[in-house]
Amino acid sequence: MNLEQLELKANEIRQDIIRMLVSAKSGHVAGPLDMADVFTALYFGVMNYDPKNPQMESRDRFVLSCGHINPVWYATMAHAGFFPTSELATLRKLGTRLHGHPHNEALPGIENSSGPLGQGLSQAAAMAYAGLILKKQPWRVYCVMSDGEQEEGQTWEAAMFASKYKLRNLTGLIDRNNIQIDGHTEDIMPLEPFADKWRAFGWHVLEIDGHNIREIIDACNQAKAIYEKPTVIICHTIPGKGVDFMEYRYEWHSKVFEKDEAKKALDELRTLGGKIRSEHE
Amino acid sequence: MTVKLIDNLFAPDIKQVPIRNGYGEGLLILGKENPKVIGLCCDLTESTRMLEFSKQYPDRFIEVGVAEQNLAGLGAGFAHEGYIPFITSYATFSPGRNWDQIRVSICYSGNNVKIVGSHAGISVGPDGATHQGMEDIAITRVLPRMTVLVPADAIEARKATLAAAKHNGPVYIRLAREKTPQFTTEETPFEIGKAFVYREGKDVTIAAAGAQVYYALQAADQLTKEGIECEVINVASVKPLDEQTLVESVKKTKCIVTAEEHQITGGVGSAVAEALSRNLPVPQEFVGMPDKFGESGEPNELIAKWGMDAKAIVAAVKRVVKRK
Repeated sequence: MNLEQLELKANEIRQDIIRMLVSAKSGHVAGPLDMADVFTALYFGVMNYDPKNPQMESRDRFVLSCGHINPVWYATMAHAGFFPTSELATLRKLGTRLHGHPHNEALPGIENSSGPLGQGLSQAAAMAYAGLILKKQPWRVYCVMSDGEQEEGQTWEAAMFASKYKLRNLTGLIDRNNIQIDGHTEDIMPLEPFADKWRAFGWHVLEIDGHNIREIIDACNQAKAIYEKPTVIICHTIPGKGVDFMEYRYEWHSKVFEKDEAKKALDELRTLGGKIRSEHE
Repeated sequence: MTVKLIDNLFAPDIKQVPIRNGYGEGLLILGKENPKVIGLCCDLTESTRMLEFSKQYPDRFIEVGVAEQNLAGLGAGFAHEGYIPFITSYATFSPGRNWDQIRVSICYSGNNVKIVGSHAGISVGPDGATHQGMEDIAITRVLPRMTVLVPADAIEARKATLAAAKHNGPVYIRLAREKTPQFTTEETPFEIGKAFVYREGKDVTIAAAGAQVYYALQAADQLTKEGIECEVINVASVKPLDEQTLVESVKKTKCIVTAEEHQITGGVGSAVAEALSRNLPVPQEFVGMPDKFGESGEPNELIAKWGMDAKAIVAAVKRVVKRK
């Protein structure tokens, strides 16, 4: 896919996220929307995988640590061919494979269960250790984390571990959207100086615009060239990205949609923010 | 039919070995037999008896530092990659401190991780209550998919370690620090999901786990002189629990005493009570920690003070037979 196609893919994924959450009547909004570009870049421009053979040994591993943003994971996986997009409407419903927080045993392609924050990086680090040191294989491990979950101590235990063992095949991507449930991260529990913290823990740190797909892909490629340490990419994002009335507002972390709000959001996404005419006009 | 134990069961000079030693021995056997077995430890390599494994198999030993949450998460990640990780610390720290990681990253995710908690029980002694794991059985057996093993001596701990590696799924193995009598033999059976009758008797059943199995045998020896015949069952496999063996025994004896070095709440006694109340309710007395925290002291002093020795089991038997 070229850059324009990737951007359109991210837009389609955002629309699916809105539709899924309307259908589910609960779930998280802001994070999934703001990570659509990162997920699009990873699944359509960075990672090696086979949706028809999700357990392929040579695949890159993808670990989602902040399970609550999984609508973006499900939507991206459906677009990547892991399962039909029609199944997205089953999110959070009885009998679904798309649980409210991801479950590895429910859906092929999901590597880890998550939800309780801070648990992903440890698992990703073990996978990276296994690949680099025990199996000596070239596949890589990508771990997406939220910024709020950096308040969990386990994240830093895992950061020390990955640094000690020089897990260069491990790339962390953090959704730096500055919000969490109760408010802005810097009010709830300040993370800054955030990049310095990761540097102090022995990681190579990149800071990028989390909505610039070219930058996301470039950063992931740059991480492959870093030989002596793991890399973390701090993806600066706008919470609720793509839907004007949600952007920047922490209230939309996990707010339930009203029907008209969903319609407004979809209209905005379909028209690419008013750049093209909506089919419903 | 009872099992084969050592010949001179009550010899004053019976060999005393810490239960944790059996884990170290088992791990060495696994190191040789199974290249998928790896060991992880949180800065307690010698005292959890992983030191030899770490020396003989340095490529498969991973020092995690004092970070038990990470320990559990790493275990999950290695299991995901097809390894059989033995994650090791003291019971108070793992599964004590990392229960959520064990719940989600290991059990819910179906990861084949072996969790080894050493220094369980009040017999940890002088280190005091903070280091005396008295709740670990309760918090592990409540987790779906978890197997919980409480070996009675070092030989059984070795067998439990080997059995855990063969079992596909999360296993918790509970170990103790202090030397206790080594009274089982190579021929004594051990199996996940099975309880074994160590002594037959008609008047009362004693179901015990850990070092308390030996104390139960001591109690039974004393009580037979007073005309009470005890049936002693080792329930090393606390989960899954061998309900059939327990039910068969209480059909005959009509009452039961449970004995463990753990909080009475949620432990072996609770597991037995749940099983019997479903099948054949009988009077039960519980030997264990009475909802209190421990304290510093010598192991034998603490076991006696808090009532988890042979004397306490004798008293519990006398209480329960009166309730029949």
